[in-house]
Amino acid sequence: MISPDIKQIKIGLVSCGIAAGGEAVYEKLVAAAGNIPVIKVGCLGHCYAEPLVEAVLNDGSSIFYGNVPGKDDAIENILALGEAGRFSVPEKRREKECVKVLAFAGRIDPTSFDDYVSGGGYDGLKKALAMPPEAVIEEVKLSGLRGRGGGGFSTGMKWSFLAAKDSTEKVIVCNADEGDPGAFMDRSLMESVPHQVLEGMLIAAYATRAAKLIIYCRAEYPMAIANLNIAIDQIKANKLNIIDGREIDIYIKEGAGAFVCGEETALIASLEGQRGMPRFRPPFPTDSGYMGKPTMINNVETFGNIPLILREGGAEFAKVGTEGGRGTKIFALAGDLEYPGLVEVPMGTTISEIVFDIGGADPEKVKAVQTGGPSGGCIPKAMFDTPVDYDSLRSLGAIMGSGGMIVIGNDRCMVETARYFLDFTHRESCGKCTFCRVGTTRMFEILERIVAGKGKVEDLDTLEELGNKIKAGSLCGLGQTAPNPVLATLRYYRDEYLEHVNDKSCRAAQCSALVDIVLDQSKCVKCKLCINSCPVEAVSADFVIDPDKCTRCNSCVDICPKHAIARIPKGENK
Amino acid sequence: MQEEFSFLSKIGREPGNLIKGLQAIQAAYGYVSDDAIRAAAEYFGRPEADVEGVISFYAQFKRVKPGKFKIAVCDGTACHLKGAPLIHTWINQELGINPGETSSDGLFSLETVACLGCCSLAPVMSVNGKVHAKLDRRTMMKILKEYAAK
Ligand SMILES: Cc1cc2nc3c(=O)[nH]c(=O)nc-3n(C[C@H](O)[C@H](O)[C@H](O)COP(=O)(O)O)c2cc1C
Repeated sequence: MISPDIKQIKIGLVSCGIAAGGEAVYEKLVAAAGNIPVIKVGCLGHCYAEPLVEAVLNDGSSIFYGNVPGKDDAIENILALGEAGRFSVPEKRREKECVKVLAFAGRIDPTSFDDYVSGGGYDGLKKALAMPPEAVIEEVKLSGLRGRGGGGFSTGMKWSFLAAKDSTEKVIVCNADEGDPGAFMDRSLMESVPHQVLEGMLIAAYATRAAKLIIYCRAEYPMAIANLNIAIDQIKANKLNIIDGREIDIYIKEGAGAFVCGEETALIASLEGQRGMPRFRPPFPTDSGYMGKPTMINNVETFGNIPLILREGGAEFAKVGTEGGRGTKIFALAGDLEYPGLVEVPMGTTISEIVFDIGGADPEKVKAVQTGGPSGGCIPKAMFDTPVDYDSLRSLGAIMGSGGMIVIGNDRCMVETARYFLDFTHRESCGKCTFCRVGTTRMFEILERIVAGKGKVEDLDTLEELGNKIKAGSLCGLGQTAPNPVLATLRYYRDEYLEHVNDKSCRAAQCSALVDIVLDQSKCVKCKLCINSCPVEAVSADFVIDPDKCTRCNSCVDICPKHAIARIPKGENK
Repeated sequence: MQEEFSFLSKIGREPGNLIKGLQAIQAAYGYVSDDAIRAAAEYFGRPEADVEGVISFYAQFKRVKPGKFKIAVCDGTACHLKGAPLIHTWINQELGINPGETSSDGLFSLETVACLGCCSLAPVMSVNGKVHAKLDRRTMMKILKEYAAK
């Protein structure tokens, strides 16, 4: 039975919803809903509850259903507004979050121009066009907005640099390279509300009198590219790209998989069809950038804030946040926590509020949080009272970065985590600076040795020395920050490094060379699943695991129905 | 220009469009062959060595023909923490291939990607673009068998 109270049904169907199986749910909903419209919307940030369905009622209220399986009875339950599977935002999250930039996300159809406009979209642009360009820049300065791409440079200042250039060929680039593995705020915003990013860019074009708008988007984000292209066509159809009588050129250029291309000068080289190698600054891009033209680069989320600033005014915007950062920040939460996903909070919210109250992580089980991805550092639980803004995190040896936050549980090895980030940065080093190219490789090799149980105590000093030299001897932000994950873990978790090198032990039982897989005969029911699943025949007919044959692949650990097989630190089995 | 790359003519000829051209080639053939390099160099007016240099710089471009099913294992931070390295071990044990390689029957090829942006569903991999989430060894084997039977 379909409830007569339902006006329409919305389902989150951007990357995360699709990955969680949302398409099957959508098809079944469409088939079963009769005349009720079923609308594909963007992401509400509750990735842990995908696929997520919203039943909008005639009285304007909504009932949500989370983790909806693609099964007929689940669909019938939703259409009957049944009690089962209802979802509500966890209480603590509702108290702490502050949804401003993401206000449209998950509520409108990302491909509908009308949806965006009727919710107040393009009001910011309209307001800007009624002001002199200089006044728009003043408003952005007044807001105190700082770049959300990691550097935290004042956006209003940057705009005024470009505005001061006397040229008819100025270029504005939206940096949508989002290379930090563990960050997905920009993807979500572009997929869910592409017009908001473009509106921010159009306002910037008016304020600085730019002629060309380019979005440099990583190719790994096909849906963001598709939705942006639809939005660009709609902008052109509605002539919103005609500003001050000038037609502004807008298009997307796809990246090709290189982290360093997030750096401004490398990004410009890539736009020009070259290898993405950073170059020395000055000249700064605002003096000589894309094809030698004055060029200004801002991040996706930075542009996403602009329509808001124009709509409510810079002074109002600045009321949220702290001295070290105004407005809100979107964080991508992942790792060892209950509620992974996106959350928008006022700047100055503490890490513990984000990780424990919003993310639902268990304080007993969490060791640290990594912010800023491969350019950042870890922050130990003891410091979780720190309010998050640009300056406070830097003082801890981490950075806010673009907003990726990975929660690291007690059962994760910090040495292995550091090794992982160096594996990433040494491969992504463009090779221009010797310290970065050779230095990160040497650091990586040392870390590989340590996790393989072949490290020496002197290695720790070498890592620190190398790290500091790489930071000093590299041209761009990649090299200048690459050692951070190692230096931060050495600072806060030196004991774990020492255990690896001195005792050849990994307390987290993660580093394969330093763990044993053991079978507890008293729990074993001799079902032979382990014997059958072992790819290297390391489990004998009488259920003893041969440590020399075993590759620590965890197949047997995962498959054992009695949890009789465990992965434990080497040497603990005596 | 050779017939097989004639679609390049839809892209503007300026040298700055080289990456776009290579992406079009890869979308059509799954990789960039020696012939394709010659065609791109000629069309965009750049030396072949230059084209090779751009290809080798960017992780997206492949120089060997991929398998019918392209497996991309995500090694983003969240996936790594949640066991992405083990996924490589499992695939290697089952198919005998490492990242960058194609199985001898031409069915599967394997690559590691930095982040598929599905961090909350870690660990994930994609096969021909379709994302498979929350993998463990059992689901992994099931997925491989299903594709092999296709
Ligand atoms: C190695 C490296 C990678 C970067 N990656 C990104 C990125 O993916 N997205 C981004 O917006 N900024 C990135 N940045 C920062 C940009 O260089 C630049 O500061 C930013 O796009 C400026 O925009 P904003 O002022 O709006 O933050 C990166 C910097 C470095 C050094």
